[in-house]
Amino acid sequence: MRAFDFAVPHDIDDALGLARDESAFLAGGTTLVDLMKLEVVSPEQVIDINRLPLHGIRPEPDGLRVGALERMEDVARHPAVAGPYPVIAQALLASASPQLRNMASIGGNLLQRTRCGYFRDVATPCNKRSPGTGCPAQHGDNRGHAILGTSASCAATHPSDLAVALVALEASVRLRGADGERTMPLADFYLPPGDTPHVENRLRPGELITEVIVPPLPWAGRSRYVKVRDRQSYEFALASAAVAVDLHDGEVRDARVAVGGVGTVPWRLPAVEDALRAGRSHEEAAALAAAGARPLAGNAFKVTLVQRAILRALTELAGPR
Amino acid sequence: MEHGDPSLRSSSESAANRLVEVTCTVNGTARSLRVDPRATLLDTLRERLELTGTKKGCDRGQCGACTVHVDGRRVLSCLTMVATLDGREVTTIEGLAEGDRLHPVQRAFIDQDGFQCGFCTSGQIMSAVALLREGHASTDGEIREAMSGNICRCGAYPNIVEAVKQARS
Ligand SMILES: Cc1cc2nc3c(=O)[nH]c(=O)nc-3n(C[C@H](O)[C@H](O)[C@H](O)COP(=O)(O)OP(=O)(O)OC[C@H]3O[C@@H](n4cnc5c(N)ncnc54)[C@H](O)[C@@H]3O)c2cc1C
Ligand code: SF4
Ligand code: FES
Ligand code: FES
Repeated sequence: MRAFDFAVPHDIDDALGLARDESAFLAGGTTLVDLMKLEVVSPEQVIDINRLPLHGIRPEPDGLRVGALERMEDVARHPAVAGPYPVIAQALLASASPQLRNMASIGGNLLQRTRCGYFRDVATPCNKRSPGTGCPAQHGDNRGHAILGTSASCAATHPSDLAVALVALEASVRLRGADGERTMPLADFYLPPGDTPHVENRLRPGELITEVIVPPLPWAGRSRYVKVRDRQSYEFALASAAVAVDLHDGEVRDARVAVGGVGTVPWRLPAVEDALRAGRSHEEAAALAAAGARPLAGNAFKVTLVQRAILRALTELAGPR
Repeated sequence: MEHGDPSLRSSSESAANRLVEVTCTVNGTARSLRVDPRATLLDTLRERLELTGTKKGCDRGQCGACTVHVDGRRVLSCLTMVATLDGREVTTIEGLAEGDRLHPVQRAFIDQDGFQCGFCTSGQIMSAVALLREGHASTDGEIREAMSGNICRCGAYPNIVEAVKQARS
């Protein structure tokens, strides 16, 4: 690990004032410390943000507000989350391990980096880590990679389970930088790789995520996160589905569907939602999930897997149809 | 620490000037340390405090062998920077027994034969102690899920579940 300066600010303005281009904020450290050991990232300064007042899980009229430093485990177990938004609690509890969830923050979770093996290995080329060096995953080991939103430059998945649930629920992130605050939908926050896979989101250097806001959705109580992976626990998704349904007399009137493990960003599926709203069968709707998919040699199985993950979520929520 | 101090901001400082003062409690004893900010809790426990009961498996957050408690919560010491622990309370496997009296979870791992080579065991026990406090594991399936952050290469899993059940009762 490269040497760095360390700072522990106690208020947000101090933290923003300290930040420079080569700084990194440290929350739970479960992504950052890992990548610093691998020298995938080598910040000159690490700013420990854990003493900042970015806490709280509060239902408010405009939605549920979750402070960026709240830990995954605490958010998952909170009654204001688990009751009205089971899909969030399930996505969190299907993530990582209890120890990691005790450490990892909500803000850090949304900013975790891909698990692509080439990205994590500084001995190999990788456009995301070293722009312009190439993407060995295109013709190499790509079993875990994305089939949606990929480019010739990068096919890495965004690995967060939480982000998939939040995109389905149309959540926003609140950001604060030295020149003020802004709020944007999480779906707009993430950027597909295009020619610039090293730019993953709209966060500016030195800017903090302060809060996540989940708007009210009265029928989100009927929601589910289905995660398919190589082992039952402590593993990232091969394919996952975050689904909520508005059910009347056994019929789906409205739905939210987003998928993970298959997209370069958390992937909302408006076509599947439209089909469900139009009364198409679950199977017909789920079949639209991989429209436009570009599988690589090793991951064509994800086309079927993601459809089945959606179908299973729908069946569990609304019965077979 | 004084984050306003400009010497802490300059990247051309020598390593000695980058050291960070941390005072934390380890197994009930207050410790004041000057640490390189790169130091993990795991390496500090093993190499500086001579508490080698906490094991290094992967050093990447992928195995759970390094599990300890910080402020009573189970965490991975390989991904925890000591520099962040000022004012915190750390408990390791060495802090569980009272003198010669084993902690009930330690006793249960022996009674139920909850290990083979023993490399993962201190992490398993630290996880199990926290699991019982968290109170989310009643069925065998829930125990397995709650212990899933601790990998056992020897595959002692069935006996680990039995040990957790013995300690719970
Ligand atoms: C073995 C393993 C298995 C895992 N499995 C899963 C899984 O199944 N599903 C899943 O979703 N995740 C999984 N994870 C990833 C884990 O959830 C993330 O590492 C974690 O959520 C990151 O949060 P953190 O607080 O530790 O972030 P940190 O490591 O502290 O930070 C991550 C990044 O975000 C930045 N940052 C953090 N907070 C802020 C903020 N408030 N404002 C601006 N920038 C910020 C940091 O500078 C850094 O770049 C796994 C991780 C490991 C190690
Ligand atoms: S898929 Fe993306 S992260 Fe992986 S090697 Fe290619 S450019 Fe790098
Ligand atoms: S050594 Fe920490 S998780 Fe493996
Ligand atoms: S007892 Fe050998 S690794 Fe668990």
